[in-house]
Amino acid sequence: MRSEEAAVQVRDPAAVPRLMLSIAIIILLWPGFRLTEFDLGVLFDPRNREIMGKFIATFFPPEASADFLRLILKATLETLAIATAGMTLALLIAFPLALVVTRSLSISRIGPARGFAAGRFLRLPARFILMFFRSIPEIVWALLFVRAVGLGPAAGVLAIAVTYGGMLGKVYSEILESGDTRPTLALLEAGSGRLAAFCYGMWPVALPELVSYTVYRWECAVRASVIMGFVGAGGLGQLMELSMRMLNGGEVSAILLTFFLLVMLADAISAMLRKATA
Amino acid sequence: MKPVSIKLDQVSLVHANGQRAVNNISCEIGSGERVAIIGPSGAGKTTLLRVLATALRPSSGEIRILGKDPWRVSRTALRELRCRIGMVHQAPPIPPRQRVVTAVLAGRLGHWPLWKGLASLAYPVDIAGARRMLARMEIADKLFERCDRLSGGQMQRVGVARILYQQPDLLLTDEPVSAVDPALSDRVIGELNREASERGVTLVASLHAVDLALHWFPRIIGIRNGEIAFDLPPVRVTDAMLKDLYASESTVPTQGNEPLAMQPAGVRRKPLCS
Ligand SMILES: Nc1ncnc2c1ncn2[C@@H]1O[C@H](COP(=O)(O)OP(=O)(O)OP(=O)(O)O)[C@@H](O)[C@H]1O
Ligand SMILES: [Mg+2]
Repeated sequence: MRSEEAAVQVRDPAAVPRLMLSIAIIILLWPGFRLTEFDLGVLFDPRNREIMGKFIATFFPPEASADFLRLILKATLETLAIATAGMTLALLIAFPLALVVTRSLSISRIGPARGFAAGRFLRLPARFILMFFRSIPEIVWALLFVRAVGLGPAAGVLAIAVTYGGMLGKVYSEILESGDTRPTLALLEAGSGRLAAFCYGMWPVALPELVSYTVYRWECAVRASVIMGFVGAGGLGQLMELSMRMLNGGEVSAILLTFFLLVMLADAISAMLRKATA
Repeated sequence: MKPVSIKLDQVSLVHANGQRAVNNISCEIGSGERVAIIGPSGAGKTTLLRVLATALRPSSGEIRILGKDPWRVSRTALRELRCRIGMVHQAPPIPPRQRVVTAVLAGRLGHWPLWKGLASLAYPVDIAGARRMLARMEIADKLFERCDRLSGGQMQRVGVARILYQQPDLLLTDEPVSAVDPALSDRVIGELNREASERGVTLVASLHAVDLALHWFPRIIGIRNGEIAFDLPPVRVTDAMLKDLYASESTVPTQGNEPLAMQPAGVRRKPLCS
């Protein structure tokens, strides 16, 4: 009985590749830490600790005068508007490109290999546009657009639209790919067109994930619009930059608290939408 | 002579992992014929049906479906051909969040212009039609239910209702009743046969329930290891053939070193219900 069991013992064929991959990852990570002079000891150096402590001490109490709160409110609304308008434009860029890039919807899926080359030809530039858009950081786009349209929120909106369009397009197509594609393929195999197959087969499968990723990106856009405020694109960032320059820790901490509230808001919205689309 | 609906000539299909799931199959199925495909698990029934549905391209051999070679015609012609082929999958590929009515109406997407398909997402354009097909499957009460709230057998019947609504010229069903109780199975297979004979279209069904196959279909094709073992009318299919078809090939199941007495499941000539 025992020998029989030993005879049928089967090895997992995936074990060796998995081990190699783990080793490769560790080997690749190590130089990265060396290169960035990553050293936790610096944090505990007494002199550094003192400087940090002094700076943080000025944070308390947060500034809460009515005037400043009104300023914060106005800047917050502006930031939200920048993030939301930017995201809307980004969606307009990302969605069509994501549909083009998604392979399960590609022409070659419909039938004979004849359309294959043409499909590839169209996918390639779409991929390239998405890559180009997101390869340049939003802060750089913002600096460019500040030159083009002048100081103010419009530059921030455009910068977010372009960078986030690139990111959303890539991730959307990946979400669409990674979901269950069988419903879509079954529809294509029953002769339906690609757009109809997308609406009936892919959209309902991917909707919850698309929504939660989009809301998360909106949250990121809020943060990004703050950073771009530092280069003059308006909103909370600009306010923060002023407070920082005047070394007013109370104001800085009040703005940081606002950020926290905004993230909480995004979280709540995300949870709500997820529930609605579950 | 009746026109030919399906013609396979030395068709083989090798899966990407090297598994030869369909091996040199040649056969002809006439227009309006009703054929049951039976065979053990892993015999290649699903693969064969997917080849017939033009979802998989044969690795070698000639194939003609409804008079056309799906892999030689233009893309538009292929789409037109596919509109005329309906397939019920072993596990219905329907998004879990979709409502039953939408899933059934999706059967006609190939025939509808795009605007109609999109409009139907806003408000179902043919509720009565969908309801009629669901009533034939005895699940009309689930019309507006979400598909993930259905049982496995109900889901399969939604899949069948969908191709009834599609009204194709070639009905392919891959184990359409594997999760349905015996009485309802009989009803579903009966409806499929009625649909095929009323409209004079071809029906090819793979089935695990041998009694259903023998009872309902005038032609039985037994498949084993990707090859046709027999292709006969039901009266000429003997118990010995069935036993042979389902006999497990390498290992005889044992219990305490004695061969386990095992009957092929469901080899009964009479239907369970009528
Ligand atoms: N996508 C695939 N890739 C590789 N091999 C596959 C694939 N699909 C099926 N096979 C293999 O092809 C063979 C036939 O599979 P198929 O699904 O056609 O069997 P089946 O007769 O439908 O079985 P069942 O009755 O269990 O549904 C099996 O050995 C299976 O492992
Ligand atoms: Mg199968």
